[in-house]
Amino acid sequence: MMALFIRRAIEDTLRNRLLNIITIITISLSILIVSAFILFFINTAEFINIWKDGIPVMVYLKPGVDTAELSDIKRNIQTISAAQYIRYISKQDALNSLKAQMKRQSSLFENLSENPLPDAFEIRIMLPGHNWQKMESFAAQIESLDQVEEVEYGQKWLERFIHLIELFRFAGYALGGIFFMATVFIVTNTIRLVIYSRSEEVEIMRLVGATDRFIKIPFYIQSMFQCAFGALIGLAALFISFLFLTSNVEQGLFSGFFQIRFIPMRILLTIVFCSMLVGWLGCYLSLKQYLKA
Amino acid sequence: MIDGNGKSSIIRMFHVHQNYGAKRALIDITLDIAKNEFVFISGPSGAGKTTLLKLFYLAESVSEGQILIDGINLSRIPFKRIPFLRRKFGIIFQDYKLIPTRNIFDNVALVLEAAGKKRRLIQKKVRSVLRLVGMEDRQNVLPASLSGGEQQRVAVARAIIGDPQVILADEPTGSLDSEAAKIIMDLLKGVHIRGATVIIATHDKELIRTTGGRVLFLKQGRLEGSAFVEKHYDGAIY
Ligand SMILES: Nc1ncnc2c1ncn2[C@@H]1O[C@H](COP(=O)(O)OP(=O)(O)OP(=O)(O)O)[C@@H](O)[C@H]1O
Ligand SMILES: [Mg+2]
Repeated sequence: MMALFIRRAIEDTLRNRLLNIITIITISLSILIVSAFILFFINTAEFINIWKDGIPVMVYLKPGVDTAELSDIKRNIQTISAAQYIRYISKQDALNSLKAQMKRQSSLFENLSENPLPDAFEIRIMLPGHNWQKMESFAAQIESLDQVEEVEYGQKWLERFIHLIELFRFAGYALGGIFFMATVFIVTNTIRLVIYSRSEEVEIMRLVGATDRFIKIPFYIQSMFQCAFGALIGLAALFISFLFLTSNVEQGLFSGFFQIRFIPMRILLTIVFCSMLVGWLGCYLSLKQYLKA
Repeated sequence: MIDGNGKSSIIRMFHVHQNYGAKRALIDITLDIAKNEFVFISGPSGAGKTTLLKLFYLAESVSEGQILIDGINLSRIPFKRIPFLRRKFGIIFQDYKLIPTRNIFDNVALVLEAAGKKRRLIQKKVRSVLRLVGMEDRQNVLPASLSGGEQQRVAVARAIIGDPQVILADEPTGSLDSEAAKIIMDLLKGVHIRGATVIIATHDKELIRTTGGRVLFLKQGRLEGSAFVEKHYDGAIY
């Protein structure tokens, strides 16, 4: 029975080739755009996590601060900012890790007579309610401590970047919603056109005793198959652009920051599944309308 | 349902009217067709023959009156049961109603596919009915490439393949020469002998004379009379 339904669905797809191709292209474009956003989110999720783990802040001390004062400074910082995480980095540690990071340019360090780096505290500050004003006031207060030279945190660019990501996330949801509706609409329309083109056939099937179920199943198979196929094409296109982009953008630019990775398999499958769900929904809507007529 | 002759009825109509807007296609029809009867519905063009048949298989719902098919009241049948009601009938439509995009084999197979029969059985049966109507070597062509008479034979094959209780034939020999018509009528008689009720709408009096059976005569939507015509009867039929 299922074999028959699948055969009918395929015959039908081939018969209305142009219509089906247009539908599949539209679906793959929608999937391409939506999954591009998903790809972006996956790769920026770490930035969003900064909100959760606390904003990293460097507190640089004035040169010649006595090590005896360190615990005092630490306490003061903690009182001001309620930082959960606070770590002392001596200027020697800082130089060592800088050398380790810049192995290839090690010649730069060879003729250093003394360590130019300051002692520092690395802290992480939690910002309830993403409140950047608070961040600024913490920074100012810490900076007013006698032994503190400078407070540095991701500052404006980080703030902007995180807000940008959130804006994108919002746009992603909105676009996702729009493309979802557009795809449902397109699938509904395609199936409706297919039904109209087959209305005589459907009528005859009814007259010889076919149940609605028997008539409808091939339409469902057809639209779900189209959507799955469209999703695969869209994702393949995204993957190709991804490969192209990552091989061209020299890794150096981002490598220290984060690793660019493609959408994981689980999410890819979910996308295909959701696309098929859209196909089902579109078909359901057009058949429902048709049955009333 | 027991009628006067002690036979149970397959179709009963009580005071049925059928209107299309102001057009009164059938007027106050009351009739009774017994199981395994061989019935002609006769009358001039526009008399309402096709309309009458359409009411049986619910292609139209009746404007007024009651229809019982095999004891089922059509005005009370749930929507979901309609396909099963239709499977009681094998219908030869006046305009054949073959699916233009499917080949002859698929057109005939459709009935059994819709009834959920197994693929192997379907193939066997389709071949055998196509052989019966002499269309076995055309099974892979589309209906459009057949002549009117050939399409009619395919329509007959589709009507009989499901072993229906009732055959409804609307002008089944309309596009056939007398020889081809005889083949079709012999097929319908064979189905009748195997137990089916056969109802043929026709204005072809010659066909009625050469076949014989009960004749219901329609004129301008009214049932004017019912009479039994012997085979090879040579008198006037209404
Ligand atoms: N769907 C419809 N809408 C309006 N009028 C209709 C409809 N169907 C049938 N009629 C009218 O009802 C009358 C009976 O039509 P019907 O098709 O039953 O005649 P018939 O006896 O089968 O004729 P023929 O021998 O030409 O096939 C005709 O006058 C026809 O115009
Ligand atoms: Mg007619």
